[in-house]
Amino acid sequence: MVKTDEKLIVDGKRVDGRALNELRKIEMTVDIVDRADGSAQVSFGNTIAVVAAYGPRELYPRFLQEVDTGILRCRYNMAPFAVDERKHPGPSRRSTELSKVIRLSLEPAIFLEDFPKATIDVFIEIVQADGSTRVTGINGASLALALAGVPMRDLVTACSVGKVDGELVIDLNGIEDNNSDADVAFAMLPNKEKITLLQMDGLLTKEELMKLLNMAKETCKEIYKLQTKVLRQKYEVV
Amino acid sequence: MESYALELIEKGKRIDDREFDEFRKIEILPNIIKKAEGSAMVKFGETKVIAGVKMELATPFPDTPDEGMLVVNAEFTPLASPDFEAGPPGEDATELARIVDRGIRESESIELNKLCIESGEKVWGTFIDIHIINHRGNLLDCSALASFVALLHTKIPKLEDNKIVRGEYERALPIVHKPINITVCKVSDKFLLDPTFEEEKILDSRLSICLREDDKICSLQKQGSKEFTLEDVERMIDIAMKKSKEIRKLVEQH
Repeated sequence: MVKTDEKLIVDGKRVDGRALNELRKIEMTVDIVDRADGSAQVSFGNTIAVVAAYGPRELYPRFLQEVDTGILRCRYNMAPFAVDERKHPGPSRRSTELSKVIRLSLEPAIFLEDFPKATIDVFIEIVQADGSTRVTGINGASLALALAGVPMRDLVTACSVGKVDGELVIDLNGIEDNNSDADVAFAMLPNKEKITLLQMDGLLTKEELMKLLNMAKETCKEIYKLQTKVLRQKYEVV
Repeated sequence: MESYALELIEKGKRIDDREFDEFRKIEILPNIIKKAEGSAMVKFGETKVIAGVKMELATPFPDTPDEGMLVVNAEFTPLASPDFEAGPPGEDATELARIVDRGIRESESIELNKLCIESGEKVWGTFIDIHIINHRGNLLDCSALASFVALLHTKIPKLEDNKIVRGEYERALPIVHKPINITVCKVSDKFLLDPTFEEEKILDSRLSICLREDDKICSLQKQGSKEFTLEDVERMIDIAMKKSKEIRKLVEQH
């Protein structure tokens, strides 16, 4: 947590030179974990998430199996070196909650009912954190699942939006996140335009919130283009 | 039972004959734990939650040297439901505690800067512990309300030579805003409030909305594994705004 009294937006420009509605540089690389059924690395500026998907595979111990559906398990984890002050390794209250909301954000996209007694496992490692880590993880998770050949209704695309120095912005970086008036984590099924993740904290009027959610929707559509592009490239006949 | 609840909802009725935007009978019992600096039991029908506040001396975080600390913890005690198991807080308890925490923190309800004793060295820590006593649905709204009422009744203990004198008090905890958490549930195309345990099992999704007295939204959390639309969100916020005013009025009578 770094708090600052400095202005984060001057003349419509943000600390990293971006416009209010400008994304950071996004990179998506697929197949970076050879052992996994599907994997991807996604970076939004300095935030880097490595994601691997395994399955569908048989779930053990057997008493965890569901007879009429498969289950999805997610683990969001942050590396100790991902932040300024070393993060204590292992699960925290934060990572427990984020693992849950990430799982719920992905579930609506997957045909889990086609895989009774099975599990699909998604592992998200945040190796460098500079804001918007959970949504970066979700974008990677959705790619990893698609690459693992898991049948999906749609991809899941996520982004953050928020209010910084009184202005509504997209894709918050770390310093903006820590000093924001409000921040929103958002994920949707881009073709169905359905929301699968919505978390907000801070202070917003209803009008500001609705404006932000519309910005988030448009931003997700941009990110979706990048996701489909990287998937298409992989399967293109050379 | 669950499929019957769903059948009724689709016909516009509920299993206990309530309106869709009607809460069960709310009972607020402040100051039920004498050892705590603040406490409350809140009942929504048969759902019962105790929140207790302990005030302890704490070291402030380096980036907020002049601010008191706030810590919220929740225990789903195994006595409250056959589904709860003993042990450290699980996923659901952790999520609940963090949502209650965000509502109180982001609403700026407690004047944390008035809880500084010695800048950078010593501040008051406000520890809210939520114990579920009986789980009949809607634990989150009930826990958030119990926590807020407990805070309203919290007194800061007297200090002598930098030691806490228990049982003697200096002043009330400075509370300036009134956050109320309302969870709006969606089942097929219907929206309902305060679900019972049976109704919770058939919910598609829900949105927990924390609102302040000036209608500012201070936290949101989508729960449940089905998706919803932007229009749904807008409607859910309107429903929560209306209901939060009603519940805030009720709190003011205690």
